Amino acid sequence: MSDVLAVLEQRDGALRKVSYEVVTGARRLADALGGRVDALVLGAGPVKGADAVGGFGADTVITLTNAAFAAYAPEGCTHAIAARVKAGSYGAVVFAASATGKDLAPRVAAKLGVALAQDITDLAVEGGAVTVVRPVYAGKALLKLKLTGTPAVVSLRPNVFTPVQRPKAVAPETTAVDVPAVRVVVKQVKAAPAGALDVAEATIVISGGRGLKEPANFKVLEELAAAFGGRAAVGASRAVVDAGWRPHADQVGQTGKTVSPTLYIAVGISGAIQHLAGMRTSKVIVAINKDKDAPIFKVADYGIVGDLFEVVPQLAEGIRKLNG
Amino acid sequence: MKIAVCIKRVPDSETRVKIGADGKSLDEAGVKFILNPYDEFAVEEALQRKEKAGAGEVVVIALGPAAAQETIRTALAMGADRGVLLQTDAIPADGLTAAKALAAELKDGGWNLILCGKIAIDDGNHQVGPMVAELLGLPCVTTVAHLDIADGKGTAEREIEGGVEVVEFPLPALLTCDKGLNEPRYPALKGIMAAKKKPLEVKPVTLGAGGVEVIAMTPPPERKDGRIVGEGAAAVPELIRLLREEAKVL
Repeated sequence: MSDVLAVLEQRDGALRKVSYEVVTGARRLADALGGRVDALVLGAGPVKGADAVGGFGADTVITLTNAAFAAYAPEGCTHAIAARVKAGSYGAVVFAASATGKDLAPRVAAKLGVALAQDITDLAVEGGAVTVVRPVYAGKALLKLKLTGTPAVVSLRPNVFTPVQRPKAVAPETTAVDVPAVRVVVKQVKAAPAGALDVAEATIVISGGRGLKEPANFKVLEELAAAFGGRAAVGASRAVVDAGWRPHADQVGQTGKTVSPTLYIAVGISGAIQHLAGMRTSKVIVAINKDKDAPIFKVADYGIVGDLFEVVPQLAEGIRKLNG
Repeated sequence: MKIAVCIKRVPDSETRVKIGADGKSLDEAGVKFILNPYDEFAVEEALQRKEKAGAGEVVVIALGPAAAQETIRTALAMGADRGVLLQTDAIPADGLTAAKALAAELKDGGWNLILCGKIAIDDGNHQVGPMVAELLGLPCVTTVAHLDIADGKGTAEREIEGGVEVVEFPLPALLTCDKGLNEPRYPALKGIMAAKKKPLEVKPVTLGAGGVEVIAMTPPPERKDGRIVGEGAAAVPELIRLLREEAKVL
């Protein structure tokens, strides 16, 4: 029970980058358990980029194919992954805590009858058991847990497990699998506007609050995001989402998304406790606010007190020069 | 339309978290508890579905301490018909244990629809709904932000990174609800009065040990003190320098 199964993610037949993080986390567990990392990907056919996970410490890359896997097929995936787990001797199964992973991991864990720790930010093996750390109360506290069942099923919070290069010669294996008739079918994926990054996965997040004054003013933040050349997403506080200025998908905080980007820029956000809970694990926090007593400055590494409509365009200009 | 809604009593999102003397749990002294915000979307959706169908029943089910009766009363005040409290003093850290208790209660209930919130804002386990579905063998769609139901079939939309999945499923099914699905109603005075007379059944439950052992709850690491770089646009060059040379993020 020392091997680790890393469940990779693909969309439209191409591997998603979060898979590197999954393999990195799985490798850490496998090193501690003294086992192998089997990377598993499900697709309608070969998945572009899957072999690259050998670079992050996977020993094998298993592709399970079925026509149903062209789109996300929750029931088919659950069946195929659980069957694979039962056929091996896995001490742990690792997912990404992405939209897909968070949907799939509970189904697989329930099918296997074992516990699941979702959205973890750290993992280890202590006394032969997998231990994890996961934020609770949206990050206002951390809970350290021991998973006593086997296999331990976990999902890793995106952007936390920085991919580590551990080149290995992978043995690829492709197997066609049968899945039972599925009832839940993804008919279509409506893509967000081209280039739009999800706040939970972007390495730079620029969030706006009530200080923006009106919805149209978010273009100031979008211009700053554009200056970072496709690495930045625009987020929002609960106040402006509740007011209908921005979609819920962009909300950062306890009733929105928890984000851990490299750089978080809070613009015109006072810093309500439920917002801080959602972004305090960002590596570097910058706050721009006209109120020098705003609570956001207490968690910000760097703050500028001033009119955001003057500061943000200036910052965008500076970033453009840097990247130009 | 016979609909079950699984709800949870959780600390208000503005709660300042203080860790209890056992070093493993929240100190609940002075904490205000609410109906989990995502469960409000589930209750609202159930009420709207029943209203649309013109007939049916909305039953709310909570797993929690005796005080969760208040949480159930909130849902009854919104308009649910009756409540069931699966009473236990300790909510398990293991979501599967919670799911098993709920599934045992829901089994053979003849539900057209079972609704849950997508996540509880306290433990953030994000798993109980789909686990219940798996245990009951029901079709399941999670984090639903848009829903159409007609002729025993449903179409749901759920947000994924960079897009929206459009998912079709047959009824009966279990769905977990996300913000955006609807605007939960506030209980009116009339509803609050009526809720006091609605049936609320309390069933003590004994939960298994589960597969999760809590080792410790700790405060998040303190962020080191930040600083005000300066005032206005004039401070921008210094900010960029610090981000490049000190923080090394540019």
